[in-house]
Amino acid sequence: MTELLQQCINGLALGAIYALIALGYTMVYGVLRFINFAHSDVFMVGAFAGYYLARFVPAASVPGGILVLLGAMALCALLGVLIEKFAYRPLRGRSTLTVLITAIGVSLLLQNVGQRVFGANPKSFPALFPLRYYQLDNGLVISSAQIMVFVVTLLLLFALRHIVLHTRIGTAMRALSFNPTAASLVGVNNDRVISFTFALGSALAAAGGILYASNYPSIDPLMGTLPGLKAFVAAVLGGIGNIAGAAVGGIVLGLVETAVVALGGSTYRDAVAFGVLILILLLRPNGLLGKRQAEKV
Amino acid sequence: MKQPRIPLLLSALACLAVLAGCGKAGDGAPAAAATIKVGEFASLTGKEATFGQSSHKGTLLAVEELNAAGGVLGKQIEFIYEDNRSTPGESATIAKKLITRDKVVAILGEVASGRSLEAAPIAQANKVPMISPSSTNPKVTETGDYIFRVCFTDPFQGRLLAEFAKRTLKAQKVAIVSDVSAPYSMGLAQYFREPFVANGGQVVSEQKYTGGDKDFKAQLTVIKNASPDAVLVPGYYTDAGLIVAQARQLGIKAPLFGGDGWEAPELLQIAGSALEGTYYSTHFSADNTDPLVQKFVAAYKAKNNGETPDAMAALGYDSVMVLADAIKRAGTTDGPKLRDALAATKDFPGATGATTLDPQRNASKAAVIMTVKDGRFQYVETIAP
Repeated sequence: MTELLQQCINGLALGAIYALIALGYTMVYGVLRFINFAHSDVFMVGAFAGYYLARFVPAASVPGGILVLLGAMALCALLGVLIEKFAYRPLRGRSTLTVLITAIGVSLLLQNVGQRVFGANPKSFPALFPLRYYQLDNGLVISSAQIMVFVVTLLLLFALRHIVLHTRIGTAMRALSFNPTAASLVGVNNDRVISFTFALGSALAAAGGILYASNYPSIDPLMGTLPGLKAFVAAVLGGIGNIAGAAVGGIVLGLVETAVVALGGSTYRDAVAFGVLILILLLRPNGLLGKRQAEKV
Repeated sequence: MKQPRIPLLLSALACLAVLAGCGKAGDGAPAAAATIKVGEFASLTGKEATFGQSSHKGTLLAVEELNAAGGVLGKQIEFIYEDNRSTPGESATIAKKLITRDKVVAILGEVASGRSLEAAPIAQANKVPMISPSSTNPKVTETGDYIFRVCFTDPFQGRLLAEFAKRTLKAQKVAIVSDVSAPYSMGLAQYFREPFVANGGQVVSEQKYTGGDKDFKAQLTVIKNASPDAVLVPGYYTDAGLIVAQARQLGIKAPLFGGDGWEAPELLQIAGSALEGTYYSTHFSADNTDPLVQKFVAAYKAKNNGETPDAMAALGYDSVMVLADAIKRAGTTDGPKLRDALAATKDFPGATGATTLDPQRNASKAAVIMTVKDGRFQYVETIAP
């Protein structure tokens, strides 16, 4: 019983990280109907930004950690805006496939520039936040890093919902996602809204990168690839474009993976994750929470 | 998975450079006679870069010492090396390039058994001797009679770890977490299990992961439930570091131990204080008072800003010295004759002790057990073959 509960905690913690990365995928998709494959590499840049920024703050302190987190989010937001401006904006209005291939190109560019600038060797990520372990009386263990992932994911989830549903820029984002031409006709500055969307998505990726690295403190320039793909699966599983769906998809995927490993199939871990993607595309292409009429974004 | 293709581009450029060089040298005498060309393929960047770099630095030191002392057979050694970025699929290409383009007389490499296994068939087919400094999987030298190594093998290391678990750790029940993507890890797990079980020990849980995984909590939770006396982690340091840290997080108090794949300063950075009271077996300790060892340690420190050499550095150094010794005895760099001289290596004194190559072309030599105490690696004991 204890083992089962502990595995549930493990699965939830892993799932929360997938959910956090999936939020960024799903938001950009919701507005632009385009899968930003460079997201997983912005995630990596976020982790490295944290690695370098951590030198300027006291180690393992809450205010220092939050400063680094915000700093990395700001840097990656800027990076997201730049990527959009130089790589995607010139292709606006072209076929989706063109933009998709460009996104893969940006992803490879970031990986290789990352190997050049940061070095290809794995680095150990410093402890940003104080790390504690909470031992429950029946032998269950949960770490402060795991709790933080839950808290941050939930906070960002609600913040995102609020921005999208209850702010002017959010209304503009939704308008753009329904009909870009009509939106610009009624005075929405499409360029600004799209830039904002990328800034927000990239800031989420940075937050994901830092929390991921805090939980698994070994970072390298190719670290984004696998979690990025898994988060993409999570986003599709929950219904891509649907914010709550990304969270649900992430959690489900984390639990499924942990269950597979716990039952002795650790070698099939990734195969099962991608099998889930194939199944969901065959059986329920709109995802668990995605309905045709559902509010996208 | 997306794998960047820079090495290919680089080797393409390197080929061009070689071609260009040929063009210029074309009107002169044949270039082959001037130097002895030795090739190396190494993981200078990527996942096992720490190993590759250490081994490479040891190798460079040996080449420099030999050249400073007048070279081998009166010729300078020309050392050509290539990086495989710790990725599969590069090493065979590099071996081909070294043999056909650069015309090396011997190939040195690699640390990881998986990548040595990629290059070995190429060396064997071209009858160019290959010496692996520190690949411990037995399959490496089984490739053919031109493949040698200057380190001990996993069957020996596994037997030694089984003995150590039983005698020093007093463990009856052991759990194993191994990397299915690394022949080294799977092999070591197997060679540990056989003698350990034969001596009355029990393997209570065997978990697997894929190299590069970051989350091991599911496997470790299963292990925790099996309450072993000790946990064997026969993987490489990046994964082993995360496994040790996560095992302690989950409240596993049993000692963890592993093989020579653990030996890297990065292990200390990744796992930190979680490593206290863990053990691993390796080839070499810089604390050894043998004058040959101390001479090597001093030379290495002088060349590398005071950095203490690890086992990979010592084995990289020995791989060159064993090769040079064989070339001297053979009196030629001709493939088959050099092979025979290498096979006859007996009690060659090196930085990792006396090296004798057995009929299976493996070195038989002593191993040391290290532990982590007060945040640094410390010597525990030496176990003879």
